[in-house]
Amino acid sequence: MMVALRRERGMRREEIEQLFRSEGGRVLATLIRLVGDFELAEEVLQEAFAAALEQWTTVPDNPRAWLVNVGRHKAIDRIRRQMRLRAKRPYLEAEAALVGDALPLEPDDDSLSDDMLRLIFICCHPALNMETRVALTLRAVCGLTTEAVARAFLVSEDAMAQRLVRAKAKIRGARIPYETPDSDRLDERLDGVLAVIYLVFSEGYAGTSGQSLTREDLSREAIRLARLLDELLPGRAEIAGLLALMLLHDARRPARASADGDIVLLENQDRNLWDQAQIAEGLGLVERALRVPGRPNSYTVQAAVAALHAQARQHEDTDWPQIVGLYEVLMRLAPSPVVELNHAAAVAMVDGPARALDLIDALIGRGELGGYHLLPAVRANLLNQLGRRGEAKAAYGEALGLAKLEPERRLILRRLAELD
Amino acid sequence: MQYLLLIYANEAEAAKMGDAGRKEMMSEYQTFTQSIIKSGNFKGGDALQASTNATTVRVRNGKPMTTDGPFAETREQLGGYYMIEAKDLDEATAIAARVPSAKFGSIEVRPVMVYS
Repeated sequence: MMVALRRERGMRREEIEQLFRSEGGRVLATLIRLVGDFELAEEVLQEAFAAALEQWTTVPDNPRAWLVNVGRHKAIDRIRRQMRLRAKRPYLEAEAALVGDALPLEPDDDSLSDDMLRLIFICCHPALNMETRVALTLRAVCGLTTEAVARAFLVSEDAMAQRLVRAKAKIRGARIPYETPDSDRLDERLDGVLAVIYLVFSEGYAGTSGQSLTREDLSREAIRLARLLDELLPGRAEIAGLLALMLLHDARRPARASADGDIVLLENQDRNLWDQAQIAEGLGLVERALRVPGRPNSYTVQAAVAALHAQARQHEDTDWPQIVGLYEVLMRLAPSPVVELNHAAAVAMVDGPARALDLIDALIGRGELGGYHLLPAVRANLLNQLGRRGEAKAAYGEALGLAKLEPERRLILRRLAELD
Repeated sequence: MQYLLLIYANEAEAAKMGDAGRKEMMSEYQTFTQSIIKSGNFKGGDALQASTNATTVRVRNGKPMTTDGPFAETREQLGGYYMIEAKDLDEATAIAARVPSAKFGSIEVRPVMVYS
């Protein structure tokens, strides 16, 4: 019935757009390989979408192949047009490559997966700066509009469009290859891809500035990317670890903010609001990642910490000694002052605030984390527990001066009010 | 595709290198250069005299102005270059990573402009 109805009326625009969103990245990935140019591929993809909007009354059996073929023909048309206008030789070669390429009309899944990996690796290439990698990945792999990417990173659409144009100019000019890296460079390059995904997630989970605490769309895209990568490069512990880490953190999202948009700290969260399906999936992935032989990676260890929080029915049930142990592993695997700060906060739960305060003062003594509001905030909390209220107030004041997000500032102000 | 590898290193640090260190560096460069000649990547290359021997020329309002020293005072100075042929940026950066000075200096990889 539904299908018949749809045929009569034609497909709804939203349905087609939804399909573009889910298929766009893969179609683009294959078109880049076929036409050999990022920008040309993007342009003919847009034309193929426009043709679909015009022609589809129902979804073809293989929409991906349909879009790839239409895009490829649009590219051939363009190249022929340019041949008439300009010097012919280079275009003849490009045309021969496109027409002669025996493209299967129904591209098999393997070649499509390879293309998608190539697209991810080129968008996250280390020759591009980090901001550009993130923007290009969201635009080309996730299929977000330039406007949406610009909004997510609080820059103007013009500025974002410029950034994307420059990236594509470098890809073409410096000849960044459209290839999955060789096995000897794969680990290093995969680390780079995971860093991009985690940055997208973090930006969505706790944006670095602005009014609202969470930008769920970005987190959802990051999780989608990690799932895709896990599918394309199966069995890699670091991918499973990162996916688990994100799922477990994201599962707490419904409990992280009050109706008024105030921060609810882990210890005060209503754990019934946590997404249990996501937690179950995350726990399974942590186990899978830990079973992979070899040294655990930092994402998996962080996910294991998140797993211990997720498994505690109440805050009091949290296995703090094991969390301290995991942070100690993390300090060896991927030492950073932020990890030390988290370690100190966990130590406070096991050995008490005085011991934790020593660790934090040592961090401050080394001049670490100068502009990070959570350092004085954690210190203030410990001082308060030790009954040193005057010092606690001063430390909260310092934290307030450094916090950029509105909900964070409100949390600190609440704490200050409690001290009065 | 051709890439210019620009070799930057701190001259003051390099000056502190003893004779033995300098000799070893020379031999590493010879080995590296021979290997990229053999692989067909080598198109050209030279070491440069110290930037203290550099002179910068500008023409302003039609008048040439000559000043002592390099264009910009930086922590690392241009000390030499290779022109290489590589199939793409990944091959070029892999070769750049094998330039002996990459261990303490930096190698800027610049694609050569192609006019079509």
